Amino acid sequence: MSQRMPLSNRLYMGLGFFFLYAPIVSLIVYSFNTSRLVTVWGGFSMHWYDKLIHDDDLLHAVGLSFKIAFLSATLALVLGTIAGLVMARFGRFKGSSLFAGLVTAPMVMPEVICGLSLLLLFVALQTGFGCTGDVPPTGWFVQAGCAAFGERGVITIWIGHTTLCLAYVAVMVQSRLREMDRSLEEAAMNLGCTPFKVFFVITIPVISQALLASWLLSFTLSLDDYVLTAFLSGPGSTTMPMWIFSSIKLGLSPEVNALATIVVAIVTVLVVVSNRLMISAQRKRERAIQAALAEG
Amino acid sequence: MMKRWLARFVPKGRTTVTAIPYSWLLVFFVLPFFFVLKISFSEPTIAKPPYTPLVQVTEDTKVTVSLNPAPYRTLTREVDEFATKPWTEARQDSQYLVAYWNAIKLALLTTILTLLIGYPIAYNIARSDDSTRNTLLMLVMIPFWTSFLLRVYAWIGILKDNGVINNILMSLGVIHEPISMLYTPFSVLLGMVYNYLPFMILPLYANLVKLDGRLLEAAEDLGSKPWPTFFQITLPLSRAGIIAGSMMVFIPAVGEYVIPSLLGGGEVVFIGNKLWEDYGVNLNWPQASAVAVVMLALLCGPIIWLHRFEQRRKEQEQ
Amino acid sequence: MAEPTQPAGAAADHAYLTIEGVTKAFGDFRAVDNVSLTIPRREIFALLGSSGSGKSTLLRMLAGMETPTEGKIILDGEDISALPTYRRPVNMMFQSYALFPHMTVEQNVGFGLKQDKVPKDEIADRVAKLLDLVQMRKLAKRKPHQLSGGQQQRTALARSLAKSPKLLLLDEPLGALDKKLRMETQLELVNVIQSVGVTCILVTHDQEEAMTMANRIAVMSEGKLVQVGGSHEIYEYPNCRFTAQFIGQTNLFEGTVVESAADHVVIDSVDFAQQIFVSHGITPTKGSRVWSSVRPERVGLSRTAPDSTYNWCQGTVHEIAYLGTHSVYHVKLANGRKVMAHVPTTHWGDETPVGPGEPVIVRWPNNANVVLTS
Repeated sequence: MSQRMPLSNRLYMGLGFFFLYAPIVSLIVYSFNTSRLVTVWGGFSMHWYDKLIHDDDLLHAVGLSFKIAFLSATLALVLGTIAGLVMARFGRFKGSSLFAGLVTAPMVMPEVICGLSLLLLFVALQTGFGCTGDVPPTGWFVQAGCAAFGERGVITIWIGHTTLCLAYVAVMVQSRLREMDRSLEEAAMNLGCTPFKVFFVITIPVISQALLASWLLSFTLSLDDYVLTAFLSGPGSTTMPMWIFSSIKLGLSPEVNALATIVVAIVTVLVVVSNRLMISAQRKRERAIQAALAEG
Repeated sequence: MMKRWLARFVPKGRTTVTAIPYSWLLVFFVLPFFFVLKISFSEPTIAKPPYTPLVQVTEDTKVTVSLNPAPYRTLTREVDEFATKPWTEARQDSQYLVAYWNAIKLALLTTILTLLIGYPIAYNIARSDDSTRNTLLMLVMIPFWTSFLLRVYAWIGILKDNGVINNILMSLGVIHEPISMLYTPFSVLLGMVYNYLPFMILPLYANLVKLDGRLLEAAEDLGSKPWPTFFQITLPLSRAGIIAGSMMVFIPAVGEYVIPSLLGGGEVVFIGNKLWEDYGVNLNWPQASAVAVVMLALLCGPIIWLHRFEQRRKEQEQ
Repeated sequence: MAEPTQPAGAAADHAYLTIEGVTKAFGDFRAVDNVSLTIPRREIFALLGSSGSGKSTLLRMLAGMETPTEGKIILDGEDISALPTYRRPVNMMFQSYALFPHMTVEQNVGFGLKQDKVPKDEIADRVAKLLDLVQMRKLAKRKPHQLSGGQQQRTALARSLAKSPKLLLLDEPLGALDKKLRMETQLELVNVIQSVGVTCILVTHDQEEAMTMANRIAVMSEGKLVQVGGSHEIYEYPNCRFTAQFIGQTNLFEGTVVESAADHVVIDSVDFAQQIFVSHGITPTKGSRVWSSVRPERVGLSRTAPDSTYNWCQGTVHEIAYLGTHSVYHVKLANGRKVMAHVPTTHWGDETPVGPGEPVIVRWPNNANVVLTS
């Protein structure tokens, strides 16, 4: 339907988007404020950006966040794709409903519950492996266990983020697989390809766009996560959201404005660029199809 | 040589493939809940970890299981207080029940408000022509991809006593003293609606965009006016989207921590905040666990109901 | 449909493909019910039926994508019933073509050979030959979305022939094409298949397609085989009312046998006064209930009654559809029954054609009756 929206609708939409963007604009404006009191205007200044770039704690936190986000998104992609495949292609089997429920539950479960429970698990593993206490661990298995779970840090955060993100990946992959033309897979098998190989040679390339989108979504979720991370991190593993949160609580906030502006700028550029790329690719495709039809 | 050949995969292959994510989820999602349950019956001590073990094996291999119901008593005691003492007094003293109530109340309000605000937005986007729709979706997605912490923080700057709104109103002479907006239920609700709006818009949009415009044209052709058409055709058909969106807002909102912490500042306390307090500040892990167990029990109903609803819908679509 | 080129040697009669008592049941529902067929080498065989007749399920069982609940499939002496699709020497061309969107035409066609680990230069060679055969050589580097429907179909055909399969299966090969393109493509397809010399089974709901392309046709309904034979045989000598009505159009006159001899049969008809005279003997005995099928093109119209006592009746012209080469007349009989006649435009000569509402005599020759008992 391509009707021009009536005035009342457009007014409403305008209001809605104003509501959505006003805080963001406010953040950006005040990032250039000289005054330490964020919202009392003292004059234009890039002072906070300068401070930001030289803040080692923050830079370390940003680096860590990116590292964890990358690891989480990748592992979540692998596990989530398998889960999505099972839900879309394996039909009904014993425990399939429970499986579907388990896979999608992290999406709605409050993070405080997930965080606390995972933490308790890791602590129990710690005691189990015997990493607490003064006696150093012996044996390679115990040492490996302690290395992984002994201290709360990158690995524990990684596990938590992956569990959360794989739910989103699974849902997106499942939906894409359901839409996909099954005869492509059948044709490949008919031509001699084993089912295992078909998945890698045919299915994955066909759903590649959905895979990329879910990786990006997982990356963003991990990068931005606070609560889960707060439970699962230890000394030395401060992530960017944790830095932001404590800065806000401590009142060291103007730097946060500067950081916010940079983040908004990067996100906007990425979203717009990827959107343009997608549209031009789509147009190219449509032109090719038209040309082929004209040829006959 | 394969003797019996099943649909596509050898049965062993399928089971292995299913087992990979299944075991991950069992270990890192289901198993932890049992730990929460277990620890909720434990006693806090000064030790590492700060709780006593449930099962103790003494020297002469006697096994004692000690269940400490104290964490749950804290909660049941509060319920008793409400039953016996006058309401205002009980409310003053109560910590947990008030926190639960705040969370549920504001989560419900948030769900309703995001639905009322988000539905028209989703509807308009779904009904727009392709290029407009694309731009609008992009505009909705950008805040979504921006850090939510930062966006909540932005509201602090707007709502505080020397924040944007008060500054503008004071300089215009409308008011002479700043309006206290921050650290109130209002600011928390505002933050929640703001944060959860995209989570309501997207499922609604996904559902509305599949709505066949010709159905509405047919209704119009048969003489139905816009508003009746909406209530009799569009709304019922978007039921799935409404339920999905509502659940995706309500359930996580109940357990919300960051927004009441930053925008509630101790004045508005959610159960998520109490949980963190017990865990991180008081180091009373058993208490925190008990709080979590009760929260989970409360949310069990909606979660299972949502799951069944989604399963039924998928079956119908096939 | 021309007869296939005679294969050399005694292999001509050898049952290359045997389908033995194959059934596919989903719970109580039988999609394919006890079907048995033998198909010689190099034959082009059509499974013809409407949707739900079981033809596609049977095809999928031949391809290996479904397993028969009962029965066996034997190809060139080997029992392939339990072989998974990726091990069978059978290749299928899908209705939607199922071309891999992320591969070029070349890569699509060579895909099957790649799975068999054929050396690269051999693959390139074979692909080039096949693309020449279907005239797609120039478009080898294109991707499927850059091809028209006909080009996609030729690519799909080349891909299904790449591995020189023992059996080629076509699933509604012309379903996705528009009518004009369909006729040209029908003959092209048959040429390619015959020049390659592969045994072929095609599934279709379009009887024209089946009759044009196939050597023999199997008419299917509700999972069962109704009649198997060449197009001429099925059209002229249907074995039951279903086939008679499914293939082309026909008039069915119900009646009782009053006289049955070795060289003729007389039937008392329900619909009109005159009796039906059939110029050959039939199996059913006196008193049995039968139907006579008379094709509309054998039915003639005139204003005056013929001299014969048999095979004509009186009616009124109800509707006329002028189709250029001929007109279809719907004549209403006294009891309300309608008879269809295909009358060539030249039939009336100098006479004025009979118009709607006018009385008319409908008649047909003795040998136009096909007697059916079911």
